[in-house]
Amino acid sequence: MTDDVLLTILIVLPFVGSLLAATFRPNARNSEAWLAGGVALICLFLLIFAYPSLVEREVLRSEAEWIPALGLGFSLRLDGFAWMFALLVTGIGFLVVLYARYYMSPNDPVPRFFSFLLAFMGSMLGIVIAGNLIILLFFWELTSIFSFLLIGYWNHTAGARDGARMALVVTGFGGVALLAGVVLIGQIVGSYDLDQVLASGEAIRSHALYLPALVLILLGTLTKSAQFPFHFWLPNAMAAPTPVSALLHSATMVKAGVFLLTRLWPVMAGTPEWFWLLGLAGMAALVLGAFFAIFQHDLKGLLAYSTISHLGLITMLLSLGSPLGAVAAIFHMMNHATFKASLFMAAGIIDHETGTRDMRKLGGLFHYMPVTATLAMVASAAMAGVPLLNGFLSKEMFFAEAIETHVHSLLDTSQPYVAVIASTFAVTYSLRFIHSVFFGARPRDLAREPHEPPFWMRVPSMFLVLACLVVGIFPAATIGPYLLTAVQSVLGDRTPVFSLAIWHGFNLPLIMSAVALVAGALLYLALRNYLQHSPVGPPVLRHLNGRHLFERGVILLSLKWSRAAEMASSTHRLQPQLRILLLAAALAALVPFATGTLGLRWPTASDLDPALALVWLAGAACAIGAAYQAKYHRLVALVLLGGAGLATCITFAWFSAPDLALTQLLVEVVTTILILLGLRWLPKRFEEIRTDENPLRRRLRRSRDLGIAVAVGAGMATLAYAVMVLPVPETVGSYFLERAYTEGGGRNVVNVILVDFRGFDTLGEITVLAAVALTIFALLRRFRPAPDNVGSPLQQRRQNAFDEAEPDRKAGDTLGDYLLVPSVIMKWLFPVIIVLAIYLFLRGHDLPGGGFAAGITLATAFILQYLASGTIWVEDRLRILPVNWIGLSLLLAAMTGMASWLFGYPFLTSYSQYVDIPLIGSVPAATAMVFDLGVFGLVVGATVLMLIALAHQSVRNLRASRTTTAQAVREES
Amino acid sequence: MALLLATCIGILAGSGVWLLLRPRTFQVVIGLSLCALAVNLFIFSMGRLRSGAPPVLASTSGTLADYADPVPQALVLTAIVIGFATTALLLVVLLAARGLTGTDHVDGQER
Repeated sequence: MTDDVLLTILIVLPFVGSLLAATFRPNARNSEAWLAGGVALICLFLLIFAYPSLVEREVLRSEAEWIPALGLGFSLRLDGFAWMFALLVTGIGFLVVLYARYYMSPNDPVPRFFSFLLAFMGSMLGIVIAGNLIILLFFWELTSIFSFLLIGYWNHTAGARDGARMALVVTGFGGVALLAGVVLIGQIVGSYDLDQVLASGEAIRSHALYLPALVLILLGTLTKSAQFPFHFWLPNAMAAPTPVSALLHSATMVKAGVFLLTRLWPVMAGTPEWFWLLGLAGMAALVLGAFFAIFQHDLKGLLAYSTISHLGLITMLLSLGSPLGAVAAIFHMMNHATFKASLFMAAGIIDHETGTRDMRKLGGLFHYMPVTATLAMVASAAMAGVPLLNGFLSKEMFFAEAIETHVHSLLDTSQPYVAVIASTFAVTYSLRFIHSVFFGARPRDLAREPHEPPFWMRVPSMFLVLACLVVGIFPAATIGPYLLTAVQSVLGDRTPVFSLAIWHGFNLPLIMSAVALVAGALLYLALRNYLQHSPVGPPVLRHLNGRHLFERGVILLSLKWSRAAEMASSTHRLQPQLRILLLAAALAALVPFATGTLGLRWPTASDLDPALALVWLAGAACAIGAAYQAKYHRLVALVLLGGAGLATCITFAWFSAPDLALTQLLVEVVTTILILLGLRWLPKRFEEIRTDENPLRRRLRRSRDLGIAVAVGAGMATLAYAVMVLPVPETVGSYFLERAYTEGGGRNVVNVILVDFRGFDTLGEITVLAAVALTIFALLRRFRPAPDNVGSPLQQRRQNAFDEAEPDRKAGDTLGDYLLVPSVIMKWLFPVIIVLAIYLFLRGHDLPGGGFAAGITLATAFILQYLASGTIWVEDRLRILPVNWIGLSLLLAAMTGMASWLFGYPFLTSYSQYVDIPLIGSVPAATAMVFDLGVFGLVVGATVLMLIALAHQSVRNLRASRTTTAQAVREES
Repeated sequence: MALLLATCIGILAGSGVWLLLRPRTFQVVIGLSLCALAVNLFIFSMGRLRSGAPPVLASTSGTLADYADPVPQALVLTAIVIGFATTALLLVVLLAARGLTGTDHVDGQER
């Protein structure tokens, strides 16, 4: 099997398994376990199978192209250290799967569990065998995400949700820092490839960016490995199902941090910064973790703090910068994984059998489950560092290293004492774990009678404990060669001579071990009674609760500070916001004058055309009048707005823009109808003088606004004039003029630009139009008018009252009479306007017209019918379905664009030709016309939808009031 | 002619801005429409003012010497239609806000 195949299977198989696992039935515990266990076993055997060639060639590699432009390859790399870790991941992974088969209840939805577990396994393998720091980081983040999902597996409990979130926030924060650190390393080395990074240790350590890179990488690794002061997420992650705690939060994921530190050890260790930062963090975690562990009452809580402490030990060993320290660190990673995973399994079994994990309630379980108790005792002894077990060996190595002097400093001198104190604590909590659970008074008021778990549930734990024993008794014969391979792959030429033996003679480390064992036992005896009744956490320090600090921090950051920042920088009131926006826009307009790109010159009015001047005299008066009247006389203001619009329309026509004039005129019509429809829902406003505001303040406010308005107006006029008198530069316009006919097949250049040259923009614009129309439609479906607008308007009520008073009239007659002549004309105009719309559409490519103008025209035809005869009358006779118009037209426009793909051209390439039609003659035909048809239909649909949705409100309201009246009548009778 | 049009753009923009700063929703809607007119004219005028030269080709090809610049016209044409749509959206949002808050003050409450 080639390296490529091997490494690819290692990475891909767990993820494939994960996808497959997600498809099983919710209670398929057996098949899930077969699948997941099978995947883990295959990976495990592949690794064992690969070992000989690994020893022979040192590193197995696989390279695949990923983003060549950035110099990033998808490279995988398996060396001795990675092999050992991968073995741990798959081996313990397999045991945990087996254990989980019995641990998970039939009520738990297991596909989710096993799917996440497999995906985690794949991600962890990815970290381990990544040959490139970016890839490593990618899988690093994946493990954080799957850890989040697995901690939150029982998402109906608040503890699981909070713990999951906390873990994600802390490790996610670390991931960002790590990314930054890795990028710095990449900048220093010039590559992210692990081989190249490992080869440039000297360059990294002497670089100016070494310290920032180190700090960032430490932030990433210390958060992941739950080191002080980021340790608090780990105890809260114990809300996860126990198999998850065993695999992720003791054996593998939390070791990713120290794994990366070991990976980078050859290139980053050995500096004072490394020693101090890592040494302090490690020592704090070692001592505090062990101390806190004593005072936990939850079995898993004790194990979590113990894990923090042991990871601190590894961190401290790595901080020393001595090769023997690194050997001890690697060895302890393996040892810790074996005994801690087995202890977690024991804790899970106890929880499973008794229904509680509180050590104060437990006791005397040896009587009920002797096998489990024996297994837990052996593992626990390994954790305490009792001779003949693997934990003892690495702890002795640690003591030996602690005695050595590495960097002359207080930190170094204190290490032996700290080591003994921490070991004492470790002995105490290990004893407590065993004694309070398996011995002493038998438990009372348990939910059920405890007994031994199923045989296969004990097997994983049994296997791990056996490993502890075998390694502990015959270290050199069992783990020796593999450890050497792993150490050599990290240290290379600096690999020291180390001997794995139980007996090194009477030396200082042995005495330290003995002291710790005795002191720890005495400490437990002293604390025993206190621990039975104490609250959770050590005295005094229990108030230093990392979880509370974290939660308060989160609230401070995401709620209080963000709200304060929002209050300080903005306002909930729209009026001042609009003012600020306008002032900012006005200031921006000054930039071209300030930078001198636009000069000011004295205006000349030489070529003034009196006719247009007259038009604008009226237009300007309309604009000012609209501004003046908009508060009290809305209808007048609306009419005046129309006047200003007409002046604009004439201006377009005057200055050679017939298309614009046409569109502006039509839009004026629909805008007026739209706002007229809106008027119905606004409150009455009487011309009264407001008394609650200080008149002086009011005048000041209005003067300020007037000032802004005049300034903006004057500025806009100046800017427009300054540009208009400049000579015409060479613009892109000539390009379109030259090619509109030859390449677009149309003479109306504006239309050709819209539907051909810039067709993609137009497609975007009609999409916006469709979105706006649908938004309006959706908003109005939930429209609730203000109470004073609910009934019929005053005029309607008066007319109806008049009609009802007369014996020969019925309601609505007055309105009908009043609009008789206009409505007849409007009805008869219907076909005429339709023909006009078709005409405008068809001529659009060659003459003023086109989809936009034609669309609004047709929409107007529909609206006129509504105006003439009322909503109900029209809708009884005509079904318009504007939403269908919008959807089909958008589809048509997009499909026209896509059709050019069939001929091998880019999106929206148009084709034009003249077609001879009998009788009519030669007619221009371009695919752009089809696109324009889409524009046309969409404009029809959108305009009609907007206007009709608004018009329907009155009818809906009427219906509603009718039903309430009917109900009232029924209730009375 | 440039002076006339520039002045008119200024008057439209000034009236529109005055209304945008007013507290009533209807005033803001009218103000926005006036501003839209001013801005459309402004963009259009960037192509310079010429009479009697619409960009409708008489032969198979043309130059800027004979025809008005079509690009600002194309820009403004879609702007007019989109302007109508946004006015409609603003109007409906303000109507809905009036229904919810009971006031037609833009801040959602009387001061």
